[in-house]
Amino acid sequence: MKAYDLIDLASRNLREAFLRNSLTTVGISVGVASLVAMLSLGAGLQKLASRQLGRSGLFDSIVVSSRLDWRSQDDRRENRSFQSGETKTLDDTARAAIGKIPNVLDVYPDIRFNAELRFAKVPGGQERPHYNLIAGLPAMSRASEVFDDLQGSFYSGDMAEEAIVVGEFARELLQIPDAKPSEKAKLTEDQLKALLGKEITLSYLERQVQAPQPAQMEKSADLDSPFSALGGGPASLVPRSRKFKIVGVVESEPYGGMRAASRARLFIPTKLAESMNVVQPTDLRTALRPSQGKTYLTLVVRVKNSAQVKPVQEAIKQMGFSTYSILDASQGLTRFFTILDLFLGIFGSLALAVASLGIVNTLVMAILERRREIGIMKAIGASDADVKLLFFVEAGVMGAAGGVFGIALGWLIGKAINLGANIYMRSQELPTENFWFVPWWLIAGAFAFSVIVSLISGLYPASRAARLDPVQALRHD
Amino acid sequence: MPSVQPAIETHAVTRHYRMGRSVIPAVDGVDLTVGAGEFAALLGQSGSGKSTLMNLIAGLDRPTGGSIVILGTDLAKMSSEELARYRRFTVGMVFQSFNLISTMTVAENVELPMRFAEVSSAERKTRVQEAVGKVGLLPRLGHRPSELSGGEQQRTAIARALVNRPQILLADEPTGNLDSRTGTEIMDLLRELNAKFGMTVVMVTHERPLAERYAQRMIFLGDGKVLSESRPEVTA
Ligand SMILES: Nc1ncnc2c1ncn2[C@@H]1O[C@H](COP(=O)(O)OP(=O)(O)O)[C@@H](O)[C@H]1O
Ligand SMILES: [Mg+2]
Repeated sequence: MKAYDLIDLASRNLREAFLRNSLTTVGISVGVASLVAMLSLGAGLQKLASRQLGRSGLFDSIVVSSRLDWRSQDDRRENRSFQSGETKTLDDTARAAIGKIPNVLDVYPDIRFNAELRFAKVPGGQERPHYNLIAGLPAMSRASEVFDDLQGSFYSGDMAEEAIVVGEFARELLQIPDAKPSEKAKLTEDQLKALLGKEITLSYLERQVQAPQPAQMEKSADLDSPFSALGGGPASLVPRSRKFKIVGVVESEPYGGMRAASRARLFIPTKLAESMNVVQPTDLRTALRPSQGKTYLTLVVRVKNSAQVKPVQEAIKQMGFSTYSILDASQGLTRFFTILDLFLGIFGSLALAVASLGIVNTLVMAILERRREIGIMKAIGASDADVKLLFFVEAGVMGAAGGVFGIALGWLIGKAINLGANIYMRSQELPTENFWFVPWWLIAGAFAFSVIVSLISGLYPASRAARLDPVQALRHD
Repeated sequence: MPSVQPAIETHAVTRHYRMGRSVIPAVDGVDLTVGAGEFAALLGQSGSGKSTLMNLIAGLDRPTGGSIVILGTDLAKMSSEELARYRRFTVGMVFQSFNLISTMTVAENVELPMRFAEVSSAERKTRVQEAVGKVGLLPRLGHRPSELSGGEQQRTAIARALVNRPQILLADEPTGNLDSRTGTEIMDLLRELNAKFGMTVVMVTHERPLAERYAQRMIFLGDGKVLSESRPEVTA
C-alpha cells in the first residue's frame, strides 16, 4: 500500500473512534509535556548557571602563574619533584610566547590596585574622596555580555584616560540611594548626564625602578631564593595622581581575573594601567624586592572560545607555568547538571511510558472492534504487512499528534513555572530570571521520542492485527 | 464453455478443524473442476462445508490436505504475501452479509481494493465509476452502507469485487440476506457479469431453484464431500 493511502486510512480510522483516540493522544501529550517541562527546566537552570558564570568571559579565560610564585594545590601535588631549573619566570618573554599559542586572543596582566578617587558632583564643587579597588580591563572585553547594557560608551582606545564605573559606584558618586536589588536599576538620563564626561581623579602609588647594579645583583644571588636571577635595582614608590574621564556605566563587574574576591568598582584600560606601574596589593613582594625585568604574578589568557581552553592550558603547562581555568571548577557543575537532566528526564519519561500503555490498550481495543473490518480488508486483498503497517501508522499518527500537543503543553507548563517562580522572586525582592529554556534539540527530540515510543507501543497490536485469521473474523455476524 | 485451462481445480482437498480431541472434517476430500467462464453453484445444507471450501478457493484459508490449482497455479506454493496478491487481482469475493465497511461511502468501499493494489488515484476514479456503473449504483456513490437497501449494499459489494478486474467471482450466499425479488436482481447481475465479461462465477446457495435457474452446473456438498453434480437445463 502507498504511504498516502496508509496515512489516509489510518487517520480516518483514528477519526472514527475520535473520543477514545483523542484521550489516548492527550495521554501521550501529557507524557511529552512532562518530559519537555522537566528537561526545559533543567536546560534553563543550566543556562542560568552558565550565564551567571560565563557572563563575562570566565569560560574562555586561563590564569597563568609562575610555578615559583604561586602554586596551586594541584600543581604542588602533581609536580612535587619539579626541578627549579625547569621552571620559568613569568616575564615579557613568556607573555609573548603565550601570545603566540594558537587560538590565544590576548594575554594581559590582571591589574588591581587600591586608590583614592576624588569626584566633584557639581563641576567646580567640593571633591569627595572615595577609596576603591580599581581594575584594568582589556579593550577586548568590549565583546563581553556585560556590556550589552552598558550605559554611555566603552573606552575609545587602549591608552585612553577613560574609566568605566559599576552602577553601584556611580550612585555613590552621585549620592543617590541604592536601588532595590529586584529592579534592574539603570541610571536615568539626567543621572547619566551628571556623570558621563566628568573627570575623576585617581591617586595611586607608582613603582619606579632604577637601573640594576651588578654588585647588588651578585649579592642577592642566593640559590634558595627563586628571585635571585631576576635581580634589579631598588624600587621606589612615588605618589601620583591622574585624571580620568568617566565614559560608561555598567551594571555588573566585567571579568578581570580569577582573583576577583574583592570587587573592583572602576575600570581603566589594561594597557594604560600597565604603563602606570601602579603598586598592586598582590605584588607587594615584587614591589619591595628590586627588579629590573618586569615579571608578572599572574597573566590572564583569553582564548577564542571555551573549547580552546583545554589545549591552550596544556600548551602553557608544557611551557612550565601553572594554569587555572574555570573549566577545572565547572567540571563538577557539568556533572551535576548531567545528573539533574538524567533525573528530570527519567521522571518525564515515566509519564510517557504510562501513556504508551494507553496506546497499546487503545490499539488492542481497536483490533477487537475492527476484527471484521480487518477480515474484510484481507478478503479484498490486503496483505498481513498492509494491516500491520496500518496499525503501526495509527500508532505513529497518535504519537506525532501527541508529540505536537505535548510540546505545546510542556512549553506552557514551563512558562507557567517560570512565571510562578518569578512572581515569588519578586515578592522576595530578588531579580527575576529565566529558569526555563526550550532548546531546539529538545523540541525535535521530544517529538521524535513521542513518535518512537508510540511506534514501539504499536508493535504488538500491529502484529496481532496482522495475524488475525480472516476466516474467523468474517464468520457470521 | 470449453477452455484449455480450468479456472479452478481442487484435488482431494481437505480442511480439518481440530476441536480439542475431536477433528471436524469441514471439507473432506473434494475433487472439483470449474472451467473458465463457467457459472457454478455450490449447494448443500448448512454446515456442509460450502463456506469453508469457498474460503480455501479464495486463498483466505489453507487446506490441511490436497491441493487447489487456480488458473494453473498451485495455491499451496504461494507465500502469504502472494496469496494476498492473488486475492487482490485474481478473485473477487461477495458475502451473504455484504461485509462493507460501514464508515465508508459506496465510492470509498469500492475504491478500497485499489488502495491495496496501488492503483493510481486518477485511475481509481474512473474504475470506481466503471464498476459502480456496472451494478447500476452511480446515484448512490456518496452514500454510506447504512443508507442503502440490502440489494444496494450487495451491489456495492459486487462492484468492490469487480474493481480490480478479477477473473473469478466467488459469491457465498449472495442472496441469503435479501428478499426474493432483490435476490433475483442480484442473480441477474451475476449472470450478466458471467455472460458479458466471461467471468468465472462460483456461487454458494441453499436455494435450489435459484441455482437451477442461473447456474450452468450444480455441485452438491454434504459433510464436506461432493455428493453429486448436475447440469440443469439453463432457462433464459
Ligand atoms: N473455525 C472452526 N472451528 C471448528 N469448526 C468449524 C470452524 N469453521 C467451520 N467449522 C465447521 O465446519 C463445518 C462447515 O462449516 P461451513 O463451511 O461454514 O458450512 P456451510 O457454509 O456449508 O454452512 C461446520 O460443521 C462448522 O461447524
Ligand atoms: Mg456458509
